[in-house]
Amino acid sequence: MKLSLHRRVGAVALTGALAISLAACGSDNATGDAATAGTDTAAASDLSGDLNAAGSSAQESAMEAWRAGFQATNPSVNVNYDPVGSGGGRTQFLEGGVQFAGSDAALSDEEIETSKETCVGGQAINLPTYISPIAVVFNLEGVKELNLSPAVIAGIFDQKITNWNAAEIAADNPGVTLPDLAISPVNRSDDSGTTKNFTDYLASTAPDAWPYKADGVFPVAGGQSAQGTSGVIQTVQGGNGTITYADSSKVGELGTAKIKVGDAWVGHSPEGAAIAVDASPRVEGRIPTDIAIKIDRNTTEADAYPLVLTTYEIACTVYADANDAALVKAFLSYVVSDEGQTASASAAGSAPISAELAAEVQAAIDTIKAAA
Amino acid sequence: MEGFAGRAFRWTATGAGALILAVLAAVAVFLIIRAWPAMSARSGELSEKINWFPEGQSLLQFIGPLVWGTLLAAAIALIISMPLSVGIALFISHYAPRRLANTLGYVIDLLAAIPSVVYGLWGGLWLIPKLQPAWAWLADNFGWFPPFAGPASDPPRVILSVSLVLAVMILPIITAVCREVFLQAPVLHEEAALALGATRWEMVRMAVLPFGRPGIISAAMLGLGRALGETMAVLMILSPGALYSLALLKVGQQQTIAANIALQFPEADPLGVSTLIATGLALFVITLVVNMAARAIVARRKDFSGAN
Repeated sequence: MKLSLHRRVGAVALTGALAISLAACGSDNATGDAATAGTDTAAASDLSGDLNAAGSSAQESAMEAWRAGFQATNPSVNVNYDPVGSGGGRTQFLEGGVQFAGSDAALSDEEIETSKETCVGGQAINLPTYISPIAVVFNLEGVKELNLSPAVIAGIFDQKITNWNAAEIAADNPGVTLPDLAISPVNRSDDSGTTKNFTDYLASTAPDAWPYKADGVFPVAGGQSAQGTSGVIQTVQGGNGTITYADSSKVGELGTAKIKVGDAWVGHSPEGAAIAVDASPRVEGRIPTDIAIKIDRNTTEADAYPLVLTTYEIACTVYADANDAALVKAFLSYVVSDEGQTASASAAGSAPISAELAAEVQAAIDTIKAAA
Repeated sequence: MEGFAGRAFRWTATGAGALILAVLAAVAVFLIIRAWPAMSARSGELSEKINWFPEGQSLLQFIGPLVWGTLLAAAIALIISMPLSVGIALFISHYAPRRLANTLGYVIDLLAAIPSVVYGLWGGLWLIPKLQPAWAWLADNFGWFPPFAGPASDPPRVILSVSLVLAVMILPIITAVCREVFLQAPVLHEEAALALGATRWEMVRMAVLPFGRPGIISAAMLGLGRALGETMAVLMILSPGALYSLALLKVGQQQTIAANIALQFPEADPLGVSTLIATGLALFVITLVVNMAARAIVARRKDFSGAN
């Protein structure tokens, strides 16, 4: 009897393990010090109520900082952010479950169409709130910096260029001693906005070397991969000759590549990312207050770094409830303010949007209103 | 006549037993209901709507490699840990001086208390870089044996590394059960064997192991159960793939069900969640089958066992 008892315990333990695995939720950013966003300006406002949002898990630490900063001046407002993922956040928003969504990608035309129902006569708009430069990161003994053109990066991640001493790499890096060592490209194993922007960059800048389209799921199988930004960084650190793409704030001591922009080699920097975003056109066919940016990956603007991810907050232009409209306006205005941008930059390591873009976003936020 | 206390105890005990069945049934019902949208989706719908779902595959084609990866990782873990566990258990029960045996037993039990995420961190951060030379050596010298075909990946985020960590994780529970069973081997049999001139090893082989066989199988199944469902350690160590591959030293070959659920869940839409739950249902069925098989094996050898 004793043994059969053991087996039953085993079965229950397993079902438990299954439940835990279902609940295990990844978040790739360490939460920063949210308290830095505290403020002593302005008396407490008279806004009150619940502001519910959902979306990108990568926005979680920025959102923590914004919530802390916003609630310091608006103590009666409860800001709730559910990091269900960009897709989940957009779905919840379009179903009217949350007042706004955080997303690593702007709404598509179909989603804008759907939103007209949710937004009582208005429609959804995309508001860029911060920029993350994506760095190409490698671990190669004695080499801290490399020049990598889009075609070479594409070749490496498509597993076509397999050795660090390949002629393609050497051609762009005169004077650098490249070892005879296998290249281990590392990609994200989860569905991520970082991967989507990285593959979009390769598909736009090196279509001959990168025959895949932009996708949140990495298209090439059989390579090293890991979950989340911290996972890929840790994998790169753990091997020799490894290379990956990751949010530039998490790079640490690893080497990073300068990418080819026009005829120049440009390293990642918050300023370069902001320049690239400012030089990019809007997505066509949208209303003026919908600031969906189509990053121009092929930009030749001086010092621009076009390998970036823009994050959006997605809100309605019209809300059925006047209080909802007031809360969304107040919160998003805080987010694009200098104070809000500083808070997210220190908590999430993101690059702030430029002053001009912030002014445009603020103008768009000002048009949000309640249904008459 | 039963007193009030007796009756109360009987009902409590019965209730506790029934509760386990109820929980098991509830889990099964939950899995089936939540997995239904994915199971009933028309062909092509899943790959169309779910970003990470492989193009042009059916649900079964998707689950297949995951089941393979899960079974492979658990089986290798069991192959590594079984001889070790039985050895440790025998040492504790029949070879070690009593005081050492007590200490050792305590340490083994302590290993079982370490959370799996800690094993994952330890495996991913500390063990993985150190395994690379060993796996490279294996690929260089035994590469003719297909599972060890090289080149060994660097960093070795491969299924063999995962299985090694899983083996350490399931070692304590297998050892603990084996030790208890070996300690119950009839002393008369052991003494008889020794009196007939058997060496200690012969005594163990003739009196202890045959007696303990059902217990060893039971212990193995308990360990296998834990290895099948292990999530965090696999998630943190393995570079996943979706192939029916035997290559143990290459990355991007296999993935386990539990780790895949944890990996894809955060960004999954409702149909994606349903698909993941369908894979969870597959894991649930595998676990049930493993347990039932173990029960059948033990039942067949019942006559050997004095413990039952």
